[in-house]
Amino acid sequence: MAHETHAETLPPAATEPGGARTGAPRPRRVQRLSRGDKVVVSVMVVIPTLLVIGLVWLPALATVALSFTRWQGIGGLDTIEWIGTKNYTDVFTIYPPFKPAIQHNVIWLLVLFFVATPFGMYLAVLVDKELKGSRFYQTAFYLPVVLSLALIGFIWQLIYSRDQGLLNAALGTKVDWYGDPKVSLWAVLVATAWRHAGYIMLLYLAGLKGVDPTLREAAAVDGATGRQAFFKVVFPVMRPINIIILVVTVIESLRAFDLVWVVNKGRNGLELISALVTANVVGEASRIGFGSALATIMLLFSSVFIVIYLRVVMREDS
Amino acid sequence: MATQYEQSPAPSKVGFSLSRRSLLAGMVGAAGVAAVPALAACGSDDNGGGGASGGTQNKTVTFGSNYSDQVPKDAIAAVFKDFTAKDGIEVKVNTVDHNTFQEQINNYLQGAADDVFTWFAGYRMQFFASQGLASEISDVWAKVGGDYSEALKAASTGADGKQYFVPFYYYPWAVFYRKSVFAANGWTAPKTLAELKTLGAAMKAKGLEPIAFADKDGWPAMGTFDILNMRINGYDFHVNLMAGKESWEDAKVKEVFKTWADLLPLHQAGSLGRTWQEAAQSLGQKKTGMYLLGAFVGQQFKGADYEDLDFFAFPEINPEFGTDSIDAPIDGFMMSKSPKNRAGGVKLLEYMASAAAQEKYLANDPNNIAASSKASDAKYNALQKKSAELIGASKHIAQFLDRDTRPDFASTVMIPALQDFIKNPKDIDGLTKSIENQKKSIFAG
Repeated sequence: MAHETHAETLPPAATEPGGARTGAPRPRRVQRLSRGDKVVVSVMVVIPTLLVIGLVWLPALATVALSFTRWQGIGGLDTIEWIGTKNYTDVFTIYPPFKPAIQHNVIWLLVLFFVATPFGMYLAVLVDKELKGSRFYQTAFYLPVVLSLALIGFIWQLIYSRDQGLLNAALGTKVDWYGDPKVSLWAVLVATAWRHAGYIMLLYLAGLKGVDPTLREAAAVDGATGRQAFFKVVFPVMRPINIIILVVTVIESLRAFDLVWVVNKGRNGLELISALVTANVVGEASRIGFGSALATIMLLFSSVFIVIYLRVVMREDS
Repeated sequence: MATQYEQSPAPSKVGFSLSRRSLLAGMVGAAGVAAVPALAACGSDDNGGGGASGGTQNKTVTFGSNYSDQVPKDAIAAVFKDFTAKDGIEVKVNTVDHNTFQEQINNYLQGAADDVFTWFAGYRMQFFASQGLASEISDVWAKVGGDYSEALKAASTGADGKQYFVPFYYYPWAVFYRKSVFAANGWTAPKTLAELKTLGAAMKAKGLEPIAFADKDGWPAMGTFDILNMRINGYDFHVNLMAGKESWEDAKVKEVFKTWADLLPLHQAGSLGRTWQEAAQSLGQKKTGMYLLGAFVGQQFKGADYEDLDFFAFPEINPEFGTDSIDAPIDGFMMSKSPKNRAGGVKLLEYMASAAAQEKYLANDPNNIAASSKASDAKYNALQKKSAELIGASKHIAQFLDRDTRPDFASTVMIPALQDFIKNPKDIDGLTKSIENQKKSIFAG
């Protein structure tokens, strides 16, 4: 078997008869690139780089710069007014939605990390057992991820509406799911977990399918129960997937925006930093400077987690 | 025993005739071909190729519309049909969802705005006019100015004294109720605050929630603030407060919030999770007794229920001011800064200012009243006639909080502040301090 594969990977030249070659293949595997090839490669590298710089880095730097200004976003750059750190002072002292927004972002992260993601992983393990109807379950769990946001907002509005919703009708209560700030965040977190679990399930399922079946057989031979087999054998082997899941969870929680915006534009108990940025920058309000200050704070907030993640990964690799 | 490839095999070796390079080249070529029409559309003129004669251009006017609900959308389409029949100019309507239109107005006006677009009178209009995002239309007003009252002309004038806005219709904010419910219980419209509270107590005794209330979208509660402020402190104080000239920590403003906190027990519970449509439906279902809202509440009532609808002006609180002021927002049209067809746009605006156009619109959307004083009220239903009387009897007309003040102040400060008040009506000092601090920060620019 090994001989066959080795032969197939030899460069064609080495196996051509009539060539004055000795038995060993020539080490020169990389041909020098022709001029045309060089142009193609540089274009393929330069264009995405320019896009990333132009659409990601420059706006990010511009946002940080604009956070020190007062600007309506209308008119030329000469209408920009530099006001130093006043925007930041305002955000931290006189802007009531800010403190709740930070709290909610942290709660969001904790719930996704400790509840939604483990649940998604559990679903993946169940689906991986290939019970009867597992293909149906797979589709059913993943469906929330592909539904459009407008549809999701509509579905949950039908469930959570205080006067006309399904939940209050079924339970006979009059809880104001969206309007009472004490419960609205948890109501929206249920809707988010519904979606997030499906997403994690699919990622984890892909990883589980790639695990070598001989490992499981060996564990079964050693007398491990299903649970022990998973935690002691499969889980450690899936380290790369686990890291991806972790990153996805953190990113999704910091990015959380859609559902909250669709419900009530991020007010009254559903404040999130991303929604505050949007409310201030996009739309009629157009407080570009103030919104940029909020966005910069969000950037720093996210950086904390990214730094932690990078340190963990780097330390493990070394 | 999986086969491990040290390098991916050449496509030909696995039976695929196309090499990688030619496949990639083909994809790039196909993308290029697909992009050409898209790029061409970016560059070309909306009214046909560049060098074409001006004839085609003058035959179309583009119209940016926020009339996204079915009833107003059909009504305005009927008006445009008449306009095309009369003037031979076609109107190309670009409809956007109502709330989205307002939110995108900044980008819209700076980018590819339509020739004529729907907007609102008041500070909200002056704000964009002073930024140079709309064309002044004094030439239209020279022709149709005589059809409008002084108050409407003032609401259409920018800060520089020129007109930027053509009023189309307006509607009052009043307290709506069902005639049959009031008749069955022997209730009458209250004339003072004390009478309102008594009526509320009577309604509660009958198992009705006295005042319907919904503030999920954030703006409806502004109507209550406006009317209480105008009743207690008068129109002039209200306008100055909106313009940032008065302090929100003034005792007068605190008095407004105290009165409101006093009335809150009469309001429907759970308002922050309820939309105005749901509150209007609760009025229709006889679960609530009264609802302070604009006349568009009628859109939620059909048939016999609509006939049963009636309203009264919010009762007097301070005898000094009586009921002399009212919120009566004016909707109308403006012209963008660089219209492609200014002559056509002017003709369209002149037509929309005419009594015929407004009457045609109201025949299909009978919840408002025409702005032109020449419009006949022969076809008005009972509610419209009463609305016209109410507005006619008012000495001062305000435009509603989010049209009377800076848009950034209204949406980022007032909406959360009023929602905080509804959640916690006890901390009035803290609330007004917070509003005042934010107001100073925003109006300083």
